[in-house]
Amino acid sequence: MPEARVIRLHPDAPESPAEQAPPGRGWDSHVAGGLEFLRRRLTGEYATDEFGFDPDLADHLLMPVLRPLFEKWFRVEVLGLENVPDVGGALVVANHSGTIPVDALMTTVALHDEHPAERRFRLLGADLVFQVPFIGAMARKLGATLACNEDAERLLSEGELVGVFPEGFKGVGKPFSERYTLQRFGRGGFVTAALRTGAPIVPCAIVGAEEIYPMIGNAKTVARVLGLPYFPITPTFPLLGPAGLVPLPSKWFIAFGEPIETAHFGPNAAEDPMLVFNLTDQVRETIQHSLYQLLLKRRSVFS
Amino acid sequence: MPPAVVLVTGVSRWLGGALAAELAADPSIGRVIGVDSVPPGPEVLPRLGRTEFVRADIRNPLIGKVIASAGVDTVVHMNISSTPGGSGGRTSMKELNVIGTMQLLAACQRAPSVRRLVLKSTSAVYGASPRDPAVFTESMQARRVPGGGFAKDSLDIEGYVRSFTRRRPEVDVAVLRFTNFIGPRIDSLLTGFLRMPVVPTALGFDARVQLLHEDDAVAVLVQATTGDFAGTVNVGAPGTVLLSQAIRRLGRVALPLPSAAMGPLGRLTRQAGITDYSPEQMRFLNFGRVVDTRVLREEFGYTPRFTTEQALADYARTVAPVVGPELVGGVAAAAEHVVGQVATLIEDVGSLAGGRRRPGTPVAAGLRAVRDA
Repeated sequence: MPEARVIRLHPDAPESPAEQAPPGRGWDSHVAGGLEFLRRRLTGEYATDEFGFDPDLADHLLMPVLRPLFEKWFRVEVLGLENVPDVGGALVVANHSGTIPVDALMTTVALHDEHPAERRFRLLGADLVFQVPFIGAMARKLGATLACNEDAERLLSEGELVGVFPEGFKGVGKPFSERYTLQRFGRGGFVTAALRTGAPIVPCAIVGAEEIYPMIGNAKTVARVLGLPYFPITPTFPLLGPAGLVPLPSKWFIAFGEPIETAHFGPNAAEDPMLVFNLTDQVRETIQHSLYQLLLKRRSVFS
Repeated sequence: MPPAVVLVTGVSRWLGGALAAELAADPSIGRVIGVDSVPPGPEVLPRLGRTEFVRADIRNPLIGKVIASAGVDTVVHMNISSTPGGSGGRTSMKELNVIGTMQLLAACQRAPSVRRLVLKSTSAVYGASPRDPAVFTESMQARRVPGGGFAKDSLDIEGYVRSFTRRRPEVDVAVLRFTNFIGPRIDSLLTGFLRMPVVPTALGFDARVQLLHEDDAVAVLVQATTGDFAGTVNVGAPGTVLLSQAIRRLGRVALPLPSAAMGPLGRLTRQAGITDYSPEQMRFLNFGRVVDTRVLREEFGYTPRFTTEQALADYARTVAPVVGPELVGGVAAAAEHVVGQVATLIEDVGSLAGGRRRPGTPVAAGLRAVRDA
């Protein structure tokens, strides 16, 4: 006679009754989750890293706030995610636009929600970002750090997915008439960081961010007084006051292109300015080209 | 080869006393001489053991006679004040730090017996600004050179030590750049700050804080004194916490204030002798500072036993929380209970209103109970 064994009467049911959520109790488990989150926040029982990244806050507060914008408002379509590696360091280089850097936040959501490996996107920001109260602290908690070679190389060698917008303020603060034309790509610092760490460069084209706050003017005097690189005037801002801060619901595409490998050049190649310039131009042209292609694909600005 | 005669300056403070006590307990070290301008307090004194105490001010040339007559071969310089409050104002603090170091180095240069110098420096030399990289390595310098206070003094002191190294190249010099100390016994800038029940912080900023447990600090100092490491090394525990997180973990209440209000408040608390909010301290509390500790682990050869989180937890044992985790946990559990009750109530009402909509017991596809005919 075979050994006696337990035959479960309900093979599909969870093992213990405690695991089974009572029917119709979806919302209160959400509330319980929220309470647990609040308890963690109040007692400080969460982990942060040396860059100030706070994954607990990013996942439970910032992502849920950004997700409706991503899914419903901008209806972002993400293409070419297979070009972003599942593990290991890589440098995502993207075009920058939209008066306020919403494109960086949307790319963060795209890589976390849509990528199979749920990759964390570690952004590199200008020093101005970290000088401003609240914004600087929040940027660090979201995983951003200062755009400098030391930080970029440290993140890449730790196997992080790093995001950089080499156009910087020239890109976000350009007038609407210059939409989808790439500005100068910095001094190629991002290429040297990739070369020194042997990380692949993933070109990324973002379409749609240009139209969220069409910048038709720039109040240079106000900008100088406030110490900002530009002060935008859009059809709705500052005319409608705070209501002018609502972005226009343009249709977005985020496309990741084929990675450009840098490992075979060796770390000493970072000292070769000609190679750095050539790679910078190659990345810039790839992004510009895929911007044109995506624009052809889009039927209209809002659909 | 262990040192024969060690001279420790600043022995009357907790850290200097702890180092002298450790060295005195090591039988391979011939003599341990402690120097300070004030006699050690009652909590330090019993631990010092066979340490010989010399009451002297390092700003006085007398220190040269002590070094020469005792034949000191290893000098540990720890008599550096980080707060104006502790040394009677900024002027005398600067005098103690800078002139004292110059005097001590001059005495060391004259003494042929000296073959090793250990400097207790600080990671404050890197400054703290939004334009700095997130993690400092030993080769980096502050993007914005600290304008005054402790950080400026420390930069000056390191400069004098470097020129001493040029003049006496045969002397091994170890410069230890410590992060903020924490622990149940040590009295540091941060322990005083975090002991306040309501901790004022800068509104809209959150610093990354890297700590070092007092036991690790003493162990590193002992190893630097008896070992043969020469060069500059960052000393900090692995891991970081955010300032807001540290305040919450200690059960303190953070009071975020606009930066403009911090200056007057700093003057007020300094006069009251509670804590010190110098402008450089403010910048540290705004932006924080993290150092890379690869050199410490691989070249110096020491791995801290406490991480930043563990060091903070060890310190937390000695401060009674204002808002305890039990309180927060209790409130959260109570709220959860209420939510559960409300959910049950709504469910019951729902089932009364439309009884048939409530799903019955799920019927499994596998085995089925045989029903009676």
